[in-house]
Amino acid sequence: MDSYAHKKLGIVIAGSLNQGIQARLDNDVSVEEITVGNLVTIQGKSRRFFGMINDISLAVTDAGILQSPSTADDPFISGILSGTATYGTMQVVPYLTLGSDESLLEGPQPVKSIPSHFSPVMLANEADIELVFGRESKENFSIGNPLDMEVKLCLDLPEFVRRSNGVFGKSGTGKTFLTRLLLAGILQSGAAVNLVFDMHSEYGWKGTREKAGPVKGLKQLFSSKVSVFTLDEQNSLDRGVSTDFVVNIGYDEIKPEDITLLRQTLNLTDQAVSATYQLQKRYGNRWIEETMQLEDEEESSEVLRSLNIHEATFDNLKRGLRNICNLPFTSPQVKERAVDKVLEYLENGKHVVLEFGRFRDITAYILVANLLTRRIYERYQYKTERAMAEDRPQPKPLVITIEEAHKFLNPAVASQTIFGTIAREMRKYNATLLVIDQRPSGIDEEVMSQLGTKITCLLDSERDIDSVLAGMSGKSALKSVLAKLASRQQALIFGHAVPMPVAFRPRDYGTPESYKELSSPQIDLGTDNLEDLW
Amino acid sequence: MEASDERIGEVIEASTGGFSAQCYQLYKLPALGELVKCRYQDVDILAVTCNGSTSSLEPGRRPIARGYEEASEEDLYNNNPQLNQLLRSEFSTIVVGFKRGESFYHYLPPQPVRLHSFVYRCSPDEVISFGESMEFLMLLSGVQCEVPIEELIAACLRVMGAFHSPESDFNMRAGRKLAEIYSGDYQRLRAILARLK
Repeated sequence: MDSYAHKKLGIVIAGSLNQGIQARLDNDVSVEEITVGNLVTIQGKSRRFFGMINDISLAVTDAGILQSPSTADDPFISGILSGTATYGTMQVVPYLTLGSDESLLEGPQPVKSIPSHFSPVMLANEADIELVFGRESKENFSIGNPLDMEVKLCLDLPEFVRRSNGVFGKSGTGKTFLTRLLLAGILQSGAAVNLVFDMHSEYGWKGTREKAGPVKGLKQLFSSKVSVFTLDEQNSLDRGVSTDFVVNIGYDEIKPEDITLLRQTLNLTDQAVSATYQLQKRYGNRWIEETMQLEDEEESSEVLRSLNIHEATFDNLKRGLRNICNLPFTSPQVKERAVDKVLEYLENGKHVVLEFGRFRDITAYILVANLLTRRIYERYQYKTERAMAEDRPQPKPLVITIEEAHKFLNPAVASQTIFGTIAREMRKYNATLLVIDQRPSGIDEEVMSQLGTKITCLLDSERDIDSVLAGMSGKSALKSVLAKLASRQQALIFGHAVPMPVAFRPRDYGTPESYKELSSPQIDLGTDNLEDLW
Repeated sequence: MEASDERIGEVIEASTGGFSAQCYQLYKLPALGELVKCRYQDVDILAVTCNGSTSSLEPGRRPIARGYEEASEEDLYNNNPQLNQLLRSEFSTIVVGFKRGESFYHYLPPQPVRLHSFVYRCSPDEVISFGESMEFLMLLSGVQCEVPIEELIAACLRVMGAFHSPESDFNMRAGRKLAEIYSGDYQRLRAILARLK
């Protein structure tokens, strides 16, 4: 089949810009061939429109047909009726338009009009997809194929990393798989440096696939560019992972802000949290060590009285702090600070994956991720401001990947944690988040609305779908597409880095060819590079 | 007009939308729905037979029963040869298009046929060529005639369909056109389709 031929599906019969366009299917097109999420082009009189099918329905010209369903038994009559008196319609949401000569140069523009009556609706072909999403190149990373198509769907990575992004989906729908792919893309293109808080040790050395063998991690694919840090050296050794640094956290690195975030997981009261600030004020950086050493009742009651802390509150806090001190990677003092090491690697352009090994409980994850990120934020802010003041190139964009994001970004703590700040404003300082979560409704609305590009696998809870699509125009249209995704290997991407929403099948990851394609640099013959040469 | 065309009657009443003709031979009526033609100037006007009737030559004179002692109906006519002269068979038609040169047009001709024009049966080739477009069904469906319209349409399609091979999509095309015409009247559509078998 000629891949550039358009398959005509039907004609426009009604519609509005707000509600979408209704098209009647041609007689020879079976309603069963059409799938929600398919991309179509509509050839208007003077411009072309690109859109996505978001609903399919059956219609009859006369309600009398429905009252004589026995007709269906007669193949002659049902053959005549199908496509004439009984027919299919589809609802298309237009997103982009390509019209006059000017816009041919600028590429497809957001839609502000609709095609006229009887304009033919056609299935988008490879050329259309390339026109809209661009061709694969150094910066345009192929993330997969649009549903039911063989053409590569590309994502503009420099644009992608410019804002915080989210990967969502129910458990087991392929979030980790997609994230691994995105990280590999960022690594391959060099669009940014990554810092991955790898809770389940999935990204660094070796990952797992459901119902299949292990897959290579980033370190195996890009050994010179990726360094693996670990919190649990023994576990890494057991798994045969060569690590670059073993992370230990000193008590003096932990700030009251870190404890605030852990309030829920450590089961602390509000008073206990505010007590941490007072204790830090009194003891400085050694506040945890000093607090834990307050064993003597007399001494401690004196301190508590002077700080106006209730005894029960203090007990509550102490129990919480003991949990932290019991974590094997924490100690009163450490020789080499993990933050400095991470920053050193990142500044050298190396991507860092921090494995948590056996410490998968959320306390360790939140503590370490928050602690490191806070310092990195400070450094990036400082560096960017200096660079702006001195008119020097800004630091390379940094993408921080966090899992179980709702623990960091829920409405109760989003305004206080560093992750909330990054999601909201760190774009200016070249650091962005890649949040991975299975329960997006748990994430603060404000943070969700600031995410640039969202990639979502199947979600079935109404609240989660609403929260992912919040703020999108044509929300109801995408809702039907999102709810109908297959439970595996299908995702919907929309937002800043793609010109229009599209449902896609992620590209292969795990076969020798896929490793080869991902790890070898792209040969780019596009005009961009020629311009760079000049 | 070809020399081989079979002449069946003569026009005795004419209008743009249809004409009536008298058969040359008693009871030699074209079938209901059959395609017939008349020449007028340079066009062959094509029409569908919509009603046939046989009656007394004189309107005031009613036929009387004569066969009490006859063994069969054939004997009755043979023993009363005057009947062939006193009775006449007539049919009326609905004009559905015309043919000019080799082209067929599925709409009304500019002029009605003249009285006393000869009426011929259409040849199988003409029926097949005319049936390549189903637009005539639109004309047919809009007229008033003596027989129920669904009967007429179904009869016409059956007659025309007989000239097409069983593999042809004639019935399907006709059915789809009817489904378009009767998009708001499913019961009538179904009545016609049921009569196509």
